[in-house]
Amino acid sequence: MKTGIARSLVRGLALAGLTSAGLGAGAAHAAWQPTKTVEFIVPAGTGGGADQMARMLQGIIQKHSLMPQSLVVINKAGGAGAEGFLDLKVSNRNPHKIIITLSNLFTTPLATGVPFKWEDLTPVAMLGLDEFVLWVNAKSPHKTAKDFVEAAKAEGPNSVKMGGTGSKQEDQIITAAIEQATGTKMTYVPFKGGGDVAAQLVGGHITSSVNNPIEAVAQWRAGELKPLCVFDKERIPLKENVTASMSWGDIPTCKESGLDIEYLMLRGIFMGPGATQEQVDYYVELFKKVRETPEWKDFMAKGAFNTTFMAGDEFKGWLGKAAALHRSLMEKAGFLAK
Amino acid sequence: MDALLSLIHGFGILADPMNILYMFVGIFLGVLIGVLPGLGGANGVAILLPLTFSMSPVSGIIMLSSIYWGALFGGAITSILFNIPGEPWSVATTFDGYPMAQQGRAGEALATAFTGSFLGAFVATLLLTFLAPLIARFALQFGPAEFFAVYLLTFCSFVGMGKESPLKVIAAMMLGFALAAVGIDTVTGQLRMTFGSTELLRGFDFLVAVIGLFGVGEILLTMEEGLAFKGKTAKINSRVVLQVWKELPKYWATAIRSSIVGCWMGITPGGATPASFMSYGLAKRFSRTGSKFGTGEAEGVLAPETAAHAAGTSALLPMLTLGIPGSPTAAVLLGGLLIWGLQPGPLLFVEQKDFVWGLIASIYLSNVAGLIVVLTTVPFFAAILRVPFSIIAPIILVICAVGAYTVHNALLDIAVMLVFGVIGYLFKKLDYPLAPLVLALVLGDMAESAFRQAMLLSQGSVSIFWANPLVGSIVTLALTMLFWPLISAGLARLRPRAPAPLSP
Repeated sequence: MKTGIARSLVRGLALAGLTSAGLGAGAAHAAWQPTKTVEFIVPAGTGGGADQMARMLQGIIQKHSLMPQSLVVINKAGGAGAEGFLDLKVSNRNPHKIIITLSNLFTTPLATGVPFKWEDLTPVAMLGLDEFVLWVNAKSPHKTAKDFVEAAKAEGPNSVKMGGTGSKQEDQIITAAIEQATGTKMTYVPFKGGGDVAAQLVGGHITSSVNNPIEAVAQWRAGELKPLCVFDKERIPLKENVTASMSWGDIPTCKESGLDIEYLMLRGIFMGPGATQEQVDYYVELFKKVRETPEWKDFMAKGAFNTTFMAGDEFKGWLGKAAALHRSLMEKAGFLAK
Repeated sequence: MDALLSLIHGFGILADPMNILYMFVGIFLGVLIGVLPGLGGANGVAILLPLTFSMSPVSGIIMLSSIYWGALFGGAITSILFNIPGEPWSVATTFDGYPMAQQGRAGEALATAFTGSFLGAFVATLLLTFLAPLIARFALQFGPAEFFAVYLLTFCSFVGMGKESPLKVIAAMMLGFALAAVGIDTVTGQLRMTFGSTELLRGFDFLVAVIGLFGVGEILLTMEEGLAFKGKTAKINSRVVLQVWKELPKYWATAIRSSIVGCWMGITPGGATPASFMSYGLAKRFSRTGSKFGTGEAEGVLAPETAAHAAGTSALLPMLTLGIPGSPTAAVLLGGLLIWGLQPGPLLFVEQKDFVWGLIASIYLSNVAGLIVVLTTVPFFAAILRVPFSIIAPIILVICAVGAYTVHNALLDIAVMLVFGVIGYLFKKLDYPLAPLVLALVLGDMAESAFRQAMLLSQGSVSIFWANPLVGSIVTLALTMLFWPLISAGLARLRPRAPAPLSP
């Protein structure tokens, strides 16, 4: 009897708590919304993956009138994105400026020594994670990642020419991780963008790449490139055929092929320092609405993105782990700025 | 024939009045973007991209690509009138266009530039229509070594052209290389020559430098020379276009050569800017009046404009067939395809026939429309030179400042622009050439990356530059051009000796 009362009391309290939380959120939502144009900083050049996503978001928000003010995309690509991050870092308590990040949030300060770290900014939400796939030319004799690694070992150091985007960024980190895991030595050749890398691979100027799905899918479908494995814990959960015979889900994970490496790239939103909880909540709600639109879902499927969404403490926890991972990966590879 | 049928189908798609309207809106906005220095085609298209989100993909691409064509046309206007290149690919147009304007021949220069642009675009569009898949394979032949060879050829076709002393040319070029190296080094990922300054992270943008060197520098010079435009006596003649057209057939060889250079550079992603420089350099070398280049030769306007527009147009070819953008603007358009839910790449021609052929048909039509729009404005633009300098100069300065700011949304760039203005003024006064500096600034970065990528691939062996017939012939051609003065001197010395035995 007593326990029953206690239980219902607890339930009642919990309910009250929930409603007040709900009300609170509602009130907060009404309490703050942008009062002028919001600047959306892209710490990368026009035409790249982050830029495309930012402009997609801008288009969706505009089309569905999800925000009372307009959103303007501004590219600040200088110093491997450092320019954009530093701009946010000094935008203290400015709720009208947000930034979309890629892995350079972690890699740029470590590789260049430019003074900023992710804790300087206010995390808003993770929109998704970009997958990485090991690609080779369709004419390559390698059928699996195992073949690829064995050939690299057999043919000696620097026989594999791995192309990637930028230097000491995600693509080269993965390359270094492959070298460490297999004890091989590869030649890493940095290019400006993922599209260039895919074209160089099709043209046979490089042996392999670790392009994001969206950067190489066109060449895959045309039968010019073939995927060997995906650097994720699990296979990509997309069963729809991309080529005549294969879907994203048919690509084995690298771990399955004996190459135990996982790497995903953050596509997240941050605000400057000193943003209030109300302001952060506003943007979290905004991007939750964006995620529900058919255009966004279609975009995520086309690029085979990992659609994990995170906000609040969960996101902060993830960021802490990701930052530590990048530090250890880059330290092992000798990429840290002296 | 297949292509022809598809093209007719494309024109059918175009017949929608809304598409025609979007096309004209695009052309108009594009000319405006082209006129404003700093706000380049890539930025302009990127800003307007979300607007097209709710349109059909065909309408969207028609409007955005029309903006691009408009910008290609419009870039020449301020280059010729005020010596301020509106776009990077119009720098070479200033070399002869501005002297023409100063001689009161602004109308002639503008009409030549626009007609050249149109010719270049037309040739490139024909290529796009009939040979797209074939030529796409050629673009794939280009690896880092080939890219470096192309940049080397651009430099070499430009060396030894000016009347300035070779030492001054080398000094200007070295300054350009040094400035190009500031910022992040793409090969090692390290910062170079930023001296711990946040503002230097982005390096020296070519556009900001050019706006300062040419635009602001020119205003400083004019101020010194008595506050007046030399071109103010420009005769406004509505028949100037017809007169120019009568003259142009003389330059058929330059037009063809420039179109070829342009198409080649557009397809192999070299871009419109190197195309315009290379084409100007080649025209100067091969023209009968080559020695007069730089003093106001119509041929010197025709060559870079034809090549730039041919390159800009053919840059769409690798974008459509391979999913590789041939220019920064094409890169943004490529992003547009994804936003509209299309997938660029080899299958686009098969899966999205309406889109591809609608676009190709629209290129024909919008270039004709663009030509009409800009040609009718020639007398109007030429008339701007009659506005007193004291009124127009502050306006130009403001436009320059806005342009410099727009490139990166950075206030410091306005100061950088002013410093470059002073450098431009000093260069003119001390008789240092600006062109090598600009060329080094725009191509230095790309040439360096390509060279180092090639060295990585070959493990440091220079033999990669002769590894296959394609790269070998480009490099050999470039070196021949570089040492041509020596070679021709050597040949000249041989010649008198050869007939010697015949005349005892």
